[in-house]
Amino acid sequence: MNLSLLILIPLITAAAVLLMRNKQQVKWVALVGTAIQLALALVLLFAYRNEVASGNTNQFLFQQQYEWFPSWHISFHLGVDGISVVMVLLTSLVVIAGVLVSWNIEKMTKEFYFLLILLSIGAYGFFLSLDLFILFFFLEIAVIPKYLLIGIWGSGKKEYAANKLALMLMGGSALVLVGLLGVYFSSEVRTFDLIKLSHLNIPVNIQMICFPLLFVGFGVFTALFPFHTWVPDGHSSAPTAGSMFLAGISMKLGGYGCLRVATYLMPEGAKQYANIIIVLSTIAILYGAFATMMQKDLKYMNAYSSVSHVGFVLFGIGMLTKTAMTGAVIQMVSHGLMTALFFAVIGMIYERTHTRQVNEMGGLLKVMPFITTLLFIVGLCSLGLPGLSGFVAEITVFMGAWEHPDAFHRIATILACMSIVVTAVYILRAVSRTAMGSVKESFAHITDAKWNERLAAIILIAGILAIGVAPFWINDLIKPGAEIIMQKIMLVP
Amino acid sequence: MMQPGLYHILFISTALFFIGVFGFLTRKNLITILMSVELILNSVNLNFIAFNKYLWPEKLDGLFFTIFIIAIAAAEAAVAIAIIINLYRSHHSIDVDNAEELKY
Amino acid sequence: MLNATYIALIPLLPLAGFLLLGLFGRKYFKNSSGIIATIILLVATVLAIYTAYTYFFEVGKVHGVYQKLIPLKYTWLEFSKGVSIDMGILLDPITCMMLVVITFVSLMVHIYSLAYMKGEERFATYYSFLGLFTFSMLALVISSNIFQIYIFWELVGVSSFLLIGFYYDKPSAVAACKKAFIVTRFADLGFLIGILMLSFYSGTLDFNTLIERLTSPGSTELSTALSSSFLGISALTWAMILVFIGAAGKSAMFPLQIWLPDAMEGPTPVSALIHAATMVVAGVFLVARLFPIFALSAPEALQLVAYVGAISAFLAAIIACTQTDIKRVLAFSTISQIGYMMFALGVSKYGGENGLGYTASMFHLFTHAMFKALLFLGAGSIIHFIHSNEMKDMGGLRKLLPITHITFLVACLAISGIPPFAGFFSKEEILLAAWQQNTIIYWIGLLTSGLTAFYMFRLYFGIFWSKAPSLSDSAHRKHHGEGGFAMMLPLVLLAIGAAAAGFIPFGNFVSSDGKVLESEFHLQLSIAPVTFGLIGIFIAMWLYKKQNDKPDKIAASINGLYKLAWNKFYFDELYIFLTKKIIFNLIAKPAAWFDKNVVDGLINATGNTTQFISKKIKGVQSGKVQQYAAYFLVAAIAIAVLFIYWWK
Repeated sequence: MNLSLLILIPLITAAAVLLMRNKQQVKWVALVGTAIQLALALVLLFAYRNEVASGNTNQFLFQQQYEWFPSWHISFHLGVDGISVVMVLLTSLVVIAGVLVSWNIEKMTKEFYFLLILLSIGAYGFFLSLDLFILFFFLEIAVIPKYLLIGIWGSGKKEYAANKLALMLMGGSALVLVGLLGVYFSSEVRTFDLIKLSHLNIPVNIQMICFPLLFVGFGVFTALFPFHTWVPDGHSSAPTAGSMFLAGISMKLGGYGCLRVATYLMPEGAKQYANIIIVLSTIAILYGAFATMMQKDLKYMNAYSSVSHVGFVLFGIGMLTKTAMTGAVIQMVSHGLMTALFFAVIGMIYERTHTRQVNEMGGLLKVMPFITTLLFIVGLCSLGLPGLSGFVAEITVFMGAWEHPDAFHRIATILACMSIVVTAVYILRAVSRTAMGSVKESFAHITDAKWNERLAAIILIAGILAIGVAPFWINDLIKPGAEIIMQKIMLVP
Repeated sequence: MMQPGLYHILFISTALFFIGVFGFLTRKNLITILMSVELILNSVNLNFIAFNKYLWPEKLDGLFFTIFIIAIAAAEAAVAIAIIINLYRSHHSIDVDNAEELKY
Repeated sequence: MLNATYIALIPLLPLAGFLLLGLFGRKYFKNSSGIIATIILLVATVLAIYTAYTYFFEVGKVHGVYQKLIPLKYTWLEFSKGVSIDMGILLDPITCMMLVVITFVSLMVHIYSLAYMKGEERFATYYSFLGLFTFSMLALVISSNIFQIYIFWELVGVSSFLLIGFYYDKPSAVAACKKAFIVTRFADLGFLIGILMLSFYSGTLDFNTLIERLTSPGSTELSTALSSSFLGISALTWAMILVFIGAAGKSAMFPLQIWLPDAMEGPTPVSALIHAATMVVAGVFLVARLFPIFALSAPEALQLVAYVGAISAFLAAIIACTQTDIKRVLAFSTISQIGYMMFALGVSKYGGENGLGYTASMFHLFTHAMFKALLFLGAGSIIHFIHSNEMKDMGGLRKLLPITHITFLVACLAISGIPPFAGFFSKEEILLAAWQQNTIIYWIGLLTSGLTAFYMFRLYFGIFWSKAPSLSDSAHRKHHGEGGFAMMLPLVLLAIGAAAAGFIPFGNFVSSDGKVLESEFHLQLSIAPVTFGLIGIFIAMWLYKKQNDKPDKIAASINGLYKLAWNKFYFDELYIFLTKKIIFNLIAKPAAWFDKNVVDGLINATGNTTQFISKKIKGVQSGKVQQYAAYFLVAAIAIAVLFIYWWK
C-alpha cells in the first residue's frame, strides 16, 4: 500500500475541480475523487489487517520517507498504525458524505468543493505523517480553508464566527508549534521524526513545559474546556458540509495530536498533568451536556453536545489506561461519524423548513419520514444506545476509567457517567419536539430526502453500525496502538 | 584680525542645522520645508569644508563631497518641487497637514 | 440435543422481521406485514417451546440439578484479559421459562394486533417495532454476560420508547415516551455503575464466573469486595444496590414507578406485551439472575429489594383503587404485582426450603404474564369497542362483549388469588415464603392481596355491570362486533393459561439452586389470602355492581387520603419540581449562561483587549510628515546619547 496515494488522490481531485468548466462537472469530479479515496481507505484498512495478520509486528506499517529539508532534519515521512488507519477511514467517510450533502450549493461551487477537498488533504496528511513538522504543516492546511468556508458560505454571524474560529485554532497551533520546537531542540539529535523522538527520552523538565503546550494547543482543536467556545459559533455559522468537517474531522485532529504527539512522546508530562486533564474533561462532559439542554437552535445544540462528547476523548486519554485510550479513539471515530450525520440531518431539515429553532418545528415525521428517522438514529447514537457506535465508545472509556481504584478517578468517572442521563434528556427533548407532535400547516408540502442525501446518510450510518454492531474489529485495530503508548507510560515511576 | 577657528564654523553649522530642523518640523508650507532641508544640507556642507580645511588640508575629499551634495540638492529640489506641484494640483494647497492620507 | 443455532434463531427471527419490515415494510408489505411478523413469531415460539422442552426434560438436569448451560458464546468487545463483553446464550430454568413466556405473549399480541391495529397508517412500522422489542427482550433473557444484558436492557428501553410514542402526534404520548425513557435511563445509570463495580471486583463480566467468584467463600475477589467499604456498607452491597436501582427503574418500583402509568399512552396490545407481561419484569429477572450474589454475599441489598417490593406493592394497590382510566388501574396493578415478585425474591434465601421465595417469585412472574396480558388485551377490546379509556363511559358491557367478559372475569379471579386460578397458587407461595421469613412483609402482602381483589372487581363491575349499556353502544355492537377471531383467539388462549397455569409444579423446574423444590401446600396459610380476596370482591360488588352514590360518599369521607391516592401521592409533581426547578433552572440555565457570558466572554475579552490596544496606539501612525520627522529626530538623538554615554 502506497500511502502517498492517499494524499495524491485528493490533491489531483482538487486540481481537477479547479479545471472543470461547469457546476455539474465539478460535483461529479469531486464525488468520483472522494469515492476513490474512500475505496483507498478501505483498501488500506484491509491491507493493514492482512499485514498484521501475517505477523508484521512493526509499530508503523507502509512507511515512506523522502528528504524534505535535510539541513533541519525534516523529512516527508508517512506511516500508519491502527489508530491512523481508522482515522483515515473516518475522514474519507465524512468527506464523501460532505460532498454529497453539498450537492445543491449554488454559490461559487467550484471554490467550495476545492476548499472542501483541500481541507481533507490537511486531515489525511495529518493522520498519516510521522514527521512532526509535516504533521504541523498539514494541521495548518486543515485550518485556513475553514475560515473561507465559514466566511463565504456561512450563515448568521458568519464573519464573527469565522474570525473567532480561525483565531482560536491559530492560537492553538501556535502553542503546538512552540511545543514542537521545544521537543526539537530538546535533544542533540535535532529531529522532528516521531519514531526517533519516541526512542529518545525527552528530559523531564522539558516535558513539563512542552506537554502542556502541546496538549492545550491540540486541545483547542478538541474543544478542551475552557477553549471550546469556537465550537458553538463556528459550527452554527458554517455551511452544512463545513460543520460536518469541523465536528467530524477537525476536532479529531486535536484528539489524535494529544494522543500521538503529546502523550506518546512525553509520558512523564502526561502522568504529571493527567489529573488536570481529567478535571477539565469531566467539566467539559457535564457542563457541555447541561449547556446543551438550554439550546433552542439545533446546530447550537449539536455543537454543545459535541463539546460534551469530545470531552470523552480527552477523558479517555487522561485516564492513561489502555482500555480508556482505546475508548477515546473509538469515541473519536464514533463521534466523527455521528456528528457528521447529525449536522447533515440538520442541514437537510433546514433546507426544507428554513428554520433551525426546535420550537418552530413539529411533526416532521409525517412529512419527511426518512430524514426524521435519521434524526432518531443519530439521536439514539448520541445518547449511547447499544448497537450504535456511541455506546461502544463510552462503555470502553468507562471500563478503562474504572480500572483506577482511587476515589478521584472514581468520582470523575461517576460524574462522566451521569452525562448519559443528561444526554438522553436533551436529545429526547430536541428529537421529540422536532419529529413528533402535530405537523405545522406551512410544512405540509415538504418533500423527503433526495438520492444524494440518502446516499450520504447511508454511508455514515454504515460506519456507525459497523462499529456499533461489531466493535471487535475496530477494537483490535486500535488496541495495539494504545498499548504502545501505554507501555511508555507504564515505565514512568 | 582673528582667524575663524574650527569651532566657530562648527558652531555656525550646528546653528544652521537646528534652524533647518526647526523649520522642517514647524513650517506647514511645503516650499519652506524644502528650504529648511536645504539649510540642513548646507550645514552639512559647511561641516565637510571645515573639517577638510582644518584637519586634512592636503586632501580634497570634503570638497568633493560638498560639490556632490550641492548637485544632489539641486536634483532633489527639482524632484521635490515637482512633487509639490503635483500635490498642489490634487489638494489645491501645499500645506503638509492636508496631505495625510497615508495614515493608519 | 441442544443446538445453539436454533436457540440463536429465537431472538434473531424477530430481528430479521424488524429489519425486513422496518426497511421495506412501508413500501412493499403495507398490508401483509402483520401476517409476516406473526408467522415469524410463530416459528420463534415453536423453537422456544422446543428449547424449553429439551432443556427441562432432556439436557438440563445433571444429577438432579439444573445446570447453567452455555451453548454459544463469542467475544464481542474485549477490554482486557478476562474482561470482555460476550454475546452468548445462557440456558437455565428461568431463561427457558422467560423464553416461553415472551414468545407466547408476544405471539398473542401479534395476533391480536392484526385486528386491533387494522387500518393504521403505520401498520408495518408497528410490527417492525414489535419485532425489535421481541428481539431485544429475548436476547436479554438469554444473556450470558452482564454487559450483554445491559445492552439489550437499553434496547428494550428504546423499543418501549418507540412504541409508547407510536401515536406521535398526540402530545401526551410524546411526553409519556420521553418520561419512560428518561426515568429508566436514570435507573440504568445505577445499573451501569453497578456493573463497573462488579467487573472491577470480580475481574469478569461473564455471569457464571461472576456469580462463582463472588459467592464462593474465601475467594480473593469476594474478600476484597467485602472488605472495601463505603459508609459502613461493603462495596459489593453497594454494587448490588446500584444494580437493583436499574432493576427497579425497569420494573417501575417505588420510587421510580412514575413512568409506567403514563406509558399506557401506547397502543393497548403494546401495553399488554411490554408494560405488563415482559419488559417490566426484566428487573425481577435481573435480580433473579444475580440472586446467588444477593443472597449469599449481599444480604443487606436483598433486604432493600424486599422492602422496596413490599412498599411498591402496597402503594400501587392503594393508588389503583382510585384511578378511573382502566389502563391506568391495570398499570398500577402491574406495579403492585411486580412488587410481589420483588419482595418474594427479597425474603428468599439461597438453596433448599428457604429458597421458596425465589421459586414463588418466578412462578408469579409466569402466571402474572398470563393474566395481566389477558387483562390488557381484554381492556384493549373494550377500548376498541367504546373508544374511551374512562370507566365512566362504560357499564353493562357483559351482554355486548360476552367473550371479553368471561375472559376478563377469569383474569380478575386469577389476579385476586381465588382458587383454582393461576394467581392463587403463585400468590399463596409468595405469602408462604414471606410468612416464613419476614412477618411485616407478610402482612403488607396480605393486605395488598385484599386491595388487589377490591380494585380489580371495582374495575370488573364498573365495566361489565353497573349501569345499563347505552343505546348507541348496543347499536354499535351490530355493525362493529367484538373484534373478530384475531382478537378473540388470544383472549381465549390466555384465559386458559390464566386458569390452568397454577397447576404446573413449578418447584420441580425453577428453584434458587437448581435442585427440585418440593413445596407443600399449607391449607391453613392459604385461608387468610383467600378470605382477604373474597372480602375485597364483596366490597367491590356492594359498591359497584349497581350504579349508586356509595363510592362517592366514601371517597368524600376520606377526602384527604383519597386525594393523595388519586394524585398518585404527588410523585409526578415531585419529579417535575426536581427536573424543572432544580436541574433546568439551577444547573442547566446557569451553565448555559456561564458559557455564553463568562467563558466566551473571556475569549471575546481577549479579542477586545487586542482591538483596544491597537486603537490606542494607531494614533502614532498619523500621516503627518512632520510628526514622523520629529519621532525620527528624537530617536536619532536618543540613539546618539545612548552611543555616547553607554557604549563605552
